[in-house]
Amino acid sequence: MSEPVIKCQSVYKIFGANAERMLKEANGNVDAKTFQENGCIVGVNNASFEVSKGEMLVVMGLSGSGKSTLLRCISRLTDATGGKIFIEGQDLLNLNNKELIDLRRNKMGMVFQSFALLPHKTVLENIAFPLQIKGIKTEDSINKAMDMVKLVGLDGRENYFPRELSGGQQQRVGIARSLAVEPDIWFLDEPFSALDPLIRKEMQDEFLRLQEKLQKTIMFITHDFDEALKLADRIAIMKDGIIEQLDTPANIVLKPATEYVRKFTEEVPREKVLLIQDVMDEKTSSDIGDLKVSKDEIIENVAEKILTQEKTVAVTDSKNNVVGSINPAKIINTVFGGRKNNN
Amino acid sequence: MEILKKYPKLFQWLFLLVVFFALCFAIDVPETYKFIRGQAEFIKDPNQSAFVFLGKEVRYYAFDVFWRLPPLLGWLPIWINDSLFFLMNDWMPMEFWNEDTQEYKTRPLVLQITRNLTAFMTFLIELIREILLGGLETIVAFTSWDWIDANPWAELPGLPWTIVAAGSAILAYKLGGKGLAIYALLSMTYISIFGQWKPSMQTLSFILVAAPLSFIFGLGLGVAAFKSKRVEKALYPILLVMQTMPQYAVLVPALVLFGVGDHAAVIITMIVAVPPMILLTLLGLRAVPPEVIEAGRMSGCNNWQLMSKVLIPTARRDILIGVNQVIMVCFSMAVISAFIGAKGLGFNLLLALNQLNIGLALEAGLCISLIAILLDKMSLAWANKQVDYFGNLNFFQRNKNSLFFGVVVIAGILLAYFGSIYFKDGYNYLFEVPHNKGISTAGFWNKGVDWIFDTFFVYIKAFNTWLIVDVLQPMRALYLRMPAIATLVLVVGAGYLIGGIRSALVVCGLTLFIALSPWWDRALVTTYMATFGVLVSCAIGFTVGTLCFQNKHSRNFMLNVCDIFQTFPSFVYLIPVMMLFGITDTSVLIAVIVYATIPATRYTIEGLRSVPAGLHDAATMSGVTKFQRLFKIEFPLAFPHMMLGLNQTIVFALFMVIIGAFIGTEDLGQYILKALSDKNGAGIGLTLGICVAFIGLIFDNLIRTWVDQRKKHLGID
Repeated sequence: MSEPVIKCQSVYKIFGANAERMLKEANGNVDAKTFQENGCIVGVNNASFEVSKGEMLVVMGLSGSGKSTLLRCISRLTDATGGKIFIEGQDLLNLNNKELIDLRRNKMGMVFQSFALLPHKTVLENIAFPLQIKGIKTEDSINKAMDMVKLVGLDGRENYFPRELSGGQQQRVGIARSLAVEPDIWFLDEPFSALDPLIRKEMQDEFLRLQEKLQKTIMFITHDFDEALKLADRIAIMKDGIIEQLDTPANIVLKPATEYVRKFTEEVPREKVLLIQDVMDEKTSSDIGDLKVSKDEIIENVAEKILTQEKTVAVTDSKNNVVGSINPAKIINTVFGGRKNNN
Repeated sequence: MEILKKYPKLFQWLFLLVVFFALCFAIDVPETYKFIRGQAEFIKDPNQSAFVFLGKEVRYYAFDVFWRLPPLLGWLPIWINDSLFFLMNDWMPMEFWNEDTQEYKTRPLVLQITRNLTAFMTFLIELIREILLGGLETIVAFTSWDWIDANPWAELPGLPWTIVAAGSAILAYKLGGKGLAIYALLSMTYISIFGQWKPSMQTLSFILVAAPLSFIFGLGLGVAAFKSKRVEKALYPILLVMQTMPQYAVLVPALVLFGVGDHAAVIITMIVAVPPMILLTLLGLRAVPPEVIEAGRMSGCNNWQLMSKVLIPTARRDILIGVNQVIMVCFSMAVISAFIGAKGLGFNLLLALNQLNIGLALEAGLCISLIAILLDKMSLAWANKQVDYFGNLNFFQRNKNSLFFGVVVIAGILLAYFGSIYFKDGYNYLFEVPHNKGISTAGFWNKGVDWIFDTFFVYIKAFNTWLIVDVLQPMRALYLRMPAIATLVLVVGAGYLIGGIRSALVVCGLTLFIALSPWWDRALVTTYMATFGVLVSCAIGFTVGTLCFQNKHSRNFMLNVCDIFQTFPSFVYLIPVMMLFGITDTSVLIAVIVYATIPATRYTIEGLRSVPAGLHDAATMSGVTKFQRLFKIEFPLAFPHMMLGLNQTIVFALFMVIIGAFIGTEDLGQYILKALSDKNGAGIGLTLGICVAFIGLIFDNLIRTWVDQRKKHLGID
């Protein structure tokens, strides 16, 4: 496997006057409470993980859990107090100012919760801004920006000012701006949290469409668990600066690592998250009916078909080989069973 | 007693008052005490005591220390003065190349720096003045008189007034639309027709130099303060003092450093106008959302790009409001700096007031107000103007205003040329209406003033006498009757009750400075006049504000009135009051009241307006009457903001009291005015200014601390 795009090794971010000294004295054993008593606030506590190319890691947590701080450490908008961060093998914390600016101009794009558009520039100028900062000729940057306008479906509004756009449209501009320099790494900090539920869903679909086309390496921050499940390849759940669990959506739902994670998964509609392969039996029993379903289907999509069967249903892989089986009772158990246990 | 248990604060305040009055009664007035002689005058009298500090001898009339503290700081003005002179005349002599004599000359460094600065300012002012009025200094600066003699075509005249008037109308149109353009055209035409063109343009050229320079320095320092905590900390006390320092007081030391004339006026104006610019720049930059800054960083901005392309444009509105403030201060200073020989309307105004020619003063004052309102409205329109997008306009559409101005210039020149043919002998009125050849209404106004005096003399006199004998004199006597120690206890006690030990210490320090200066008695007189003005102003302002708030139209109307009144340079207020009440304390106080009522009214309306709409609805749904709503909900919530208004009212009142010295008062202001014509006045003027500033800061500290606590308590911000 090739080098991971983002690699964090026990990253700490502690706010306060004596943060560095206290971190050294704590010797890797950071306790939020004792730090707080000494006037320091722990933002990120011993975060280690990797994100590989083309993967979307969603960091989920409630407000104050340190997820935005973690993102800002990795984009180096704040300097991490301890640990190491590698971006495509470069040691981020050792970059000098010029190298850092270079990295941001070419490799990174970021979308913000409050859109953070420049109020004095039009849509087109906002999108062209990172290009012009980079020193690209006005004409080229405007052309490139125009492509971006089309990509996010804002053609016809390129000469509007941000104040003349709705929230959803403003965030489209934010997305277009972050993509203008064609970054490899894409940071999104609660990009859809400030939007209405309907618009949010629309933007999520739009985002998935874009990602399918662009295949960026993504870190996506959200406080919305449903959003995380919908978008993520892997989810990191944070609490008080600590990553409680980092796993695929299915594993998080099926095998919550801590009580805190389990509480989140409680209300999740499993049929919408889990794939057939997550619940199937590896063995093929003899009593198999004619119906075959793919192992990569989401349960919800095939549940009706399976439940109308009386016999066990065969599960196939992409090459149509039978790899397992699933009993209708198992479906019922998955959808309703989990919840009953919790009550 | 029940009530005291319920409100422990009330008890503490009562206790403080009891101590204060006990002290007042316990300490008798010394028999030798006379106000007029004051405590420390720079006259020799065998009855005086003296001490020597830092080699400076301070002479003063000694009293019981409980009655008046000895002026232990008496050496300060002398010391400041001597230091200034030393800096100017003896410190760091160096060789400088002299252009005129073509040889090296030894000169002290500071003197050389100030002279260079002076030359630079003079050059800038002359440049603009010569564009507007004609002249040769600027061209000569680049060439020589011989060259002018050889090339007579270079003796360009100034712009004809028609071009300037139309040009300002075009600019006004571009910034603020039709209404502003018409106003610009009318006021410029008025100025020209009434023969005030030359002084008006002199004033304008002064402002066109002072305002941009103040803007640049203010922006630069504001940015520096934003970027570095240390710079901010260093600037903060200066900003604080400058906000309450009377503008008069800055004149005196500047006189020593830069001499007399327009250039000195520009430099002083900058000193006064830069602090508000710094504050507003800082405010604007702080208000930029952090995510916008992060977006800029993530776009790969370096520090310079971040500042120039992200931060400043995003904070544009606040920064341009700062420009507006700068312009207003410049106008105010344009008048005041006439004291140190700045030319223009201010000078004419001062001269007319000195001769008691109210008509002429009124004309000059009107012109200055017209230009001030014009520039005020233009800069505000600029601040509120949304950026237009020019990407898809063609060349003509993009440049139509400049093209139009080009046409106007040609038309104006042609007009002036025809004028020179038509008005064969005498003056070309289409070029410039000379100062005394315009229409003048001075005679009319003077007759009006005479008529008012003839008709209402008895009533005005009766009112005047009543006010002075029955109100002002007793009040003044009461203030002067306070023993120094009692005042100190009262002020420090108030500080402790409001803001705890910290506030008490700050206030104590400020008060001690004044008490130990040689002018404690005068400071008391200043305070008495200011208090009287503030009391009346607040009574009027709070009432008018509350009444006007009840109706949307009257509210907006009142805010507009406040805007316009605030635009008038402070000196202008003296004209109508002198018209009515002549040269008395009453005049000063009425000017103070009119001037200080503006912030009182404005903050009352704004405070009431800031009460959240949700609360209004909630109150209405609970079935309160209009009065209940006003007293139970709106007043308590608006009160902190109204107190900020009180703060402003005090500052305004102090300013006006000091300016009132021009009419003749017996307070600190009078001494500042005297210091202006005193060879050794610099130190005195500065110390007096600091005293006035400290009076303001004492109130400022108390009120602000209280408001902050109150706001925290109410959970509003």
